[in-house]
Amino acid sequence: MKTQWTLVCPLERLQPERGAAALIGSIQVALIRTYDGAVFAIDNRDPLAGAQVMSRGIVGSRGDAPTIASPLHKQVYDLRTGECLDVPGVSLPTYPVRCNGGLVEVAVS
Amino acid sequence: MKHLVIAGYGMVAQRFLEALTERDGTHWQVTVLAEEHRPAYDRVRLTSWFEGAELDLGGPPPGVQVRLGTPAIQVDRERKLINGEIPYDALVLATGSRPFVPPFPGAESCLVYRTIEDLEAMRAAASGKKTGVVLGGGLLGLEAANALRGMGLSTHVVEFAPRLMPMQVDEGGGAILKRHIDALGVTVHTGRGCVGVDRHIMTFADGGTLEADVVVIAAGIRPRDELVDLPKGPRGGYLVDESCATEDPAIWAIGECAALQGVCYGLVAPGYAMAEVVADRLTGGTATMATPDTSTKLKLLGVDVASFGTPFAEGLDVVITDQVTGVYAKLLLTDDAQTLLGGILVGDAAAYPSLRACLGGPLPASPLSVLSGQTSTPLNDGAQVCSCHAVTKAQVTNAITLGCADVPALKECTKAGTGCGSCVPLLKQLLTECGVQQSKALCEHFDLSRQELFDVIRVRQITSFNLLIAEHGRGRGCDICKPAVASILASMSNGYILDGEQAALQDTNDHFLANIQRDGTYSVVPRIPGGEITPDKLIVVGEVARDFGLYTKITGGQRIDLFGARVEQLPQIWRRLVDAGFESGHAYGKALRTVKSCVGSTWCRYGVQDSVRLAIELELRYRGLRAPHKIKSAVSGCARECAEARSKDFGVIATEQGWNLYVGGNGGFKPRHADLFLTDVSTEDLIRTIDRFLMYYIRTADRLQRTASWIEAMEGGLDHLREVIIDDSLGLCAELDAMIARHVESYADEWRETLDDPQRLARFVSFVNAPDTPDPEINFTFERGQKVPR
Repeated sequence: MKTQWTLVCPLERLQPERGAAALIGSIQVALIRTYDGAVFAIDNRDPLAGAQVMSRGIVGSRGDAPTIASPLHKQVYDLRTGECLDVPGVSLPTYPVRCNGGLVEVAVS
Repeated sequence: MKHLVIAGYGMVAQRFLEALTERDGTHWQVTVLAEEHRPAYDRVRLTSWFEGAELDLGGPPPGVQVRLGTPAIQVDRERKLINGEIPYDALVLATGSRPFVPPFPGAESCLVYRTIEDLEAMRAAASGKKTGVVLGGGLLGLEAANALRGMGLSTHVVEFAPRLMPMQVDEGGGAILKRHIDALGVTVHTGRGCVGVDRHIMTFADGGTLEADVVVIAAGIRPRDELVDLPKGPRGGYLVDESCATEDPAIWAIGECAALQGVCYGLVAPGYAMAEVVADRLTGGTATMATPDTSTKLKLLGVDVASFGTPFAEGLDVVITDQVTGVYAKLLLTDDAQTLLGGILVGDAAAYPSLRACLGGPLPASPLSVLSGQTSTPLNDGAQVCSCHAVTKAQVTNAITLGCADVPALKECTKAGTGCGSCVPLLKQLLTECGVQQSKALCEHFDLSRQELFDVIRVRQITSFNLLIAEHGRGRGCDICKPAVASILASMSNGYILDGEQAALQDTNDHFLANIQRDGTYSVVPRIPGGEITPDKLIVVGEVARDFGLYTKITGGQRIDLFGARVEQLPQIWRRLVDAGFESGHAYGKALRTVKSCVGSTWCRYGVQDSVRLAIELELRYRGLRAPHKIKSAVSGCARECAEARSKDFGVIATEQGWNLYVGGNGGFKPRHADLFLTDVSTEDLIRTIDRFLMYYIRTADRLQRTASWIEAMEGGLDHLREVIIDDSLGLCAELDAMIARHVESYADEWRETLDDPQRLARFVSFVNAPDTPDPEINFTFERGQKVPR
């Protein structure tokens, strides 16, 4: 099946090392731009607390992994895989994301 | 149940009660007869009472009956009855000593220095006077001189012996000590005896005279041994054997009233040891007294003085006199130079703990290198690390092996370091020697502690996290270091906290200037300084809450919290509040929260000062000040303390004369009463001290460390704090004052600054691609007439 890309916003709407929430259909996505310019898309729902807040966490790194911390209880997630680095077995969905001519696009199937 | 009576309730009696409780002395019914009208207090730190220190030792253990103001005055040994009514099976005499007052004409008009009542009399007598003279240049005399000097009197010390502290130091040490004390503006007269005091003139044996508005006699102490007719030591005191028993098998004597094998000890450590021995004996043990350790380390008028072992014995000595830096040190060794017998340190007593632990054994290196601190001193296992609680090195290292990983854990487990505290550096050293890494690294990205980061940022004038982490850290930071650095940057510059890269450092609360709740909505708390609000403004708050459908609750800090606001609603809510004259209450920040107040003298028939006015002034002065953790405060208008100021980081309680300042209080997980720090001060002095207290806290505390644990972890505790922010011992005060002045001058309301700038407003949207669509998952239900998260 062909990947369906949805245009979300211009890249400059994303502040470095800060997230923004996007609504794609009924899915809430957290878009995160890291310091080196890469963009990640993860589910906005905190899998442990259930609230749609991940985009408001602090972005950083743990070892080599780019990370975001839940703003509610500070569990840290690997932005590349969605894996929770503090609670084994917990992870959140990640979505394909690309920058197309200065515009951020996400694929949510 | 058998009756145990303790005659006297000083420090040694207190220790005895604690020791008995620890040994499960539950088969004793215990009664304490106290002459003073208060439970035992810390007489060793008596002078700090003038600076407002809390001297309380915690009161009696549960189950002990204490009769305050009821001294034992008569003991019937036949019938085993005290004061004709209190029976005993065992009697412990702990009556202490009395000040020795030499019999010269006019002596009855002089003051003495032993109880809190004596200090109160001294303060009353010194009020409005110019000169103060202390008779006696020993330990107590110098303490009293410090107190007189602290009250602004031109102070003299008169000592009959040819040097100061003749009991502890030798001639060379006394000379260096005198130089230090002269330099403080206290005039020292050694080798002079007073023959009379008449109408504020003191006359000396050599015919000289000295003006003396206030005279304090601190010429030594004498044991109080008149209660029971028992054999006495050659210089007084109840004669006791090595088990502290008197001739009467039902009577024991401990502390300064006891003549242990004929010798009276005027120090608290031997008294404590005696207390332990008798507690052990009364619970079936067979403990005996070792030869008491008379080692002492003191800070007199800011000068370190230490004396240990038998520094006046015969032997080989090594003496260093450094008149340039004012340091004197003497070590005494046996004739074969193999065994350390004692020593004296003046001006620098850093080597004291390790040297004292070497007593009776060899020095680890040449005496000179030990004294100069070039050789650290390995201790043998039996060496006593803490003399207050008789804790050996082996006990400490054993506790470390069992898992104690820092000084607080060692204190809890072994009691070492909980007395005078002088062995705390040694505890740290032992932790290090045992291989316990006491990492101060903030997180994986910085090896520095928060305090070190603060200094780096301040000294190098760094204004950017990116620069800081590139030069002093690694990686891209995390939820620990980023908010910590954001807070430091805010404390330093006080600019808008969300501009440029600083926005990426803030926790979500600071990022949205509101408090996140469990469903992802936020709560809004406008500032209501001192809890005072006009009806009109109160109505506005109600209207805003109604119009935005916000759950409304009164907080513990006399404010109003509005819950359930979505991100995109925040600016609209602030607009309404700001237009009505409100501003951010910083409920979301590690910053000053609120200054609670009672209604004070304006309305209250008990109030003695205008607590509301002061609370508002304080809240407006420190609003927005970013700190390692939240800061709470309160002002009470009288001693009834309705504002609960003693549970705050800084609390103020009104007195007839001014204000009392308390610091380091805490509610929360581990409640702590604040410590009295200043007494009867003016508003101006009060605010200057709070300024410095807060700024010193901000500069030196760890991340997320409240003032309570900051003070508890501080080496030297309140005394150190006082030295830094009152006496300016580190020369920091001008800088602290300037930082606060800059804060007050540049404060701006963060809500208004956000509303005034469209760029800053841009982040307050629900979705970057659907800014006006509310989060569809935020849903409410109703409880007691208000909406709450589903």
